Amino acid sequence: MIKKILFSLVLILLFKQQVFAITTIDITRGNLDPLPIAISPLYMSEGSENIKLDNSVNQKNVGEKISEIVEINLKRSGLFNPLNKSAFVQKPDIAHLKPRFEDWRLIKAQVLVTGKILIKEGKLRVEFRLWDVVAAKEILALAFTTVPNNWRRVAHIISDKIYMRLTGESGYFDTRIIYVSESGPKTQRIKKLAIMDQDGANTKYLTLGNELVLTPRFSPTAQLVTYLSYFRNLPRVYLLDIETGIQEVVGDFPGMTFAPRFSPDGKKIIMSFAQNGNSDIYTMDIETRVVEKLTDHPSIDTSPSYSPDGKYICFNSDRSGLQQIYIMRSDGSKVKRISFGKGLYGTPVWSPRGDLIAFTKVSKGRFYIGVMRTDGTGERLLTENFYQEAPSWAPNGRVLIFYRETKSDSEGKGFTAKLWSIDLTGYNEREISTKTDASDPSWSSLLSGN
Amino acid sequence: MSAQLIRNLLLVILATLALSACSTTKKSNNLLQGDVYTGTETIEYLATGVPDRVFFATNKSVLTTAARDTLRKQAAWMRKNKDISVTLEGHADERGTREYNLALGERRANAAKDYLMTYGISGNRINVISYGKERPVNSGSTPLAWSQNRRAVTVKAN
Repeated sequence: MIKKILFSLVLILLFKQQVFAITTIDITRGNLDPLPIAISPLYMSEGSENIKLDNSVNQKNVGEKISEIVEINLKRSGLFNPLNKSAFVQKPDIAHLKPRFEDWRLIKAQVLVTGKILIKEGKLRVEFRLWDVVAAKEILALAFTTVPNNWRRVAHIISDKIYMRLTGESGYFDTRIIYVSESGPKTQRIKKLAIMDQDGANTKYLTLGNELVLTPRFSPTAQLVTYLSYFRNLPRVYLLDIETGIQEVVGDFPGMTFAPRFSPDGKKIIMSFAQNGNSDIYTMDIETRVVEKLTDHPSIDTSPSYSPDGKYICFNSDRSGLQQIYIMRSDGSKVKRISFGKGLYGTPVWSPRGDLIAFTKVSKGRFYIGVMRTDGTGERLLTENFYQEAPSWAPNGRVLIFYRETKSDSEGKGFTAKLWSIDLTGYNEREISTKTDASDPSWSSLLSGN
Repeated sequence: MSAQLIRNLLLVILATLALSACSTTKKSNNLLQGDVYTGTETIEYLATGVPDRVFFATNKSVLTTAARDTLRKQAAWMRKNKDISVTLEGHADERGTREYNLALGERRANAAKDYLMTYGISGNRINVISYGKERPVNSGSTPLAWSQNRRAVTVKAN
């Protein structure tokens, strides 16, 4: 049994949610008109205990810091336009009790967030309300009690609640990204596994950089990661428990295993095994250790990814001569090619919503991140660049994260590798700041399952 | 107005011609045949007259005539030095997806291994490892750098 969440979160529904949302956002189109939202700083209730959370965060400013994170999250989603606080007329504590809607309408806010904080008996209690300014009513009110160190997660959970209330879809803010941190010259690149919150905070390194590590992927159900390590110069797929730090080789293969991913139930690892110049796709059941061979073809079959219902697998293969995307049943039967456009297609990843496959396309020396339906129709290219690949879906299937490399001159100068995200609509392309160069990102599930 | 347009068009055509002239001069420097590297710049020697590496075309693992010639020299050297075993390192350039390149590097290293074996070298003496695109020898982002990086390198293992 694996502990699902590190801490317990008490969530109290204060008031019943309204059935009809008055202010809603359509997130299926490119949003050129983000929703104006006023985020009033969370105020500290009287009688709160003194506390130090961080170098710069204490009981005096933790409310502001939480509001700030909510603001940044919502702004980065591209769907919201957080308004400048200097224009706010009403004080945070009074607004939280009963907003004077005409004041908020005056600064063109359509929704308003208010809240308060109490630190008592070593616990942090955060209460927030979401108001529809246009309709002049409350549309959401929630409170959380947790340990004070979780203040950042509270901010992400609040962001998810607001996103969900206003878009009708679950959010992706209370999530983490695992990736490969890179440093050093291209010819002797040092790579470490790194993990961070979705907004780039709380970076932690999981390996020391002594051996090459590649392509980490989160388990959808547990605090586990699977990745490729060159430990002792034997490239093999590993399974790492993030909480205990314990890791082990996956399976007992007489050669390189690579390109691992979890099945949607978290019970199997699917990967490639290369032998005698031929790569085929295998699965291993984590508990029973039973290994199954799914493809048997003299070509390169790799980058497998399950459909969210676990019934199908997409992968790329060069059996036609060039790298293309195929799907098959999860028992390896009914292999069918789905990509037929001009160029090469690789790294297919099935959307968590099930309807789309994201991929990397290479055409005329340029690299694209795109999506197509699972039968290969409806191809849409979202972004084009010198080099970019390896898309990974946000848990709500609305945003993709990938990595991009820049061109280097003949001495190798000018090279960078960075993480980027883009909405499924093709809008809202953003760099995700990391402490070092970064590649191979993988997005976690929602940590709190909200 | 239209005269200006024609002038602009002519400028564009001239620029294009100048650019394509550039690329033909580059190709004629004898370092590439097709897009396979034929120079000697990055090569090291296992013994006098025994180059340590062979080069490949983009996305290919077929051995060129030059590659087979090099591998025959390596096989002769290994037949003379029976106690030596080697590791064949397969590599790809930076212009492919990471996972596919790992497989491609493995396929290239095995293409070289198979050829050594047909010249009498036991498979037990040849270990294979793929680095995909992780260990380029030339860190530039140019066709020449990429051609030097698409390689299988024979390294003495003992």
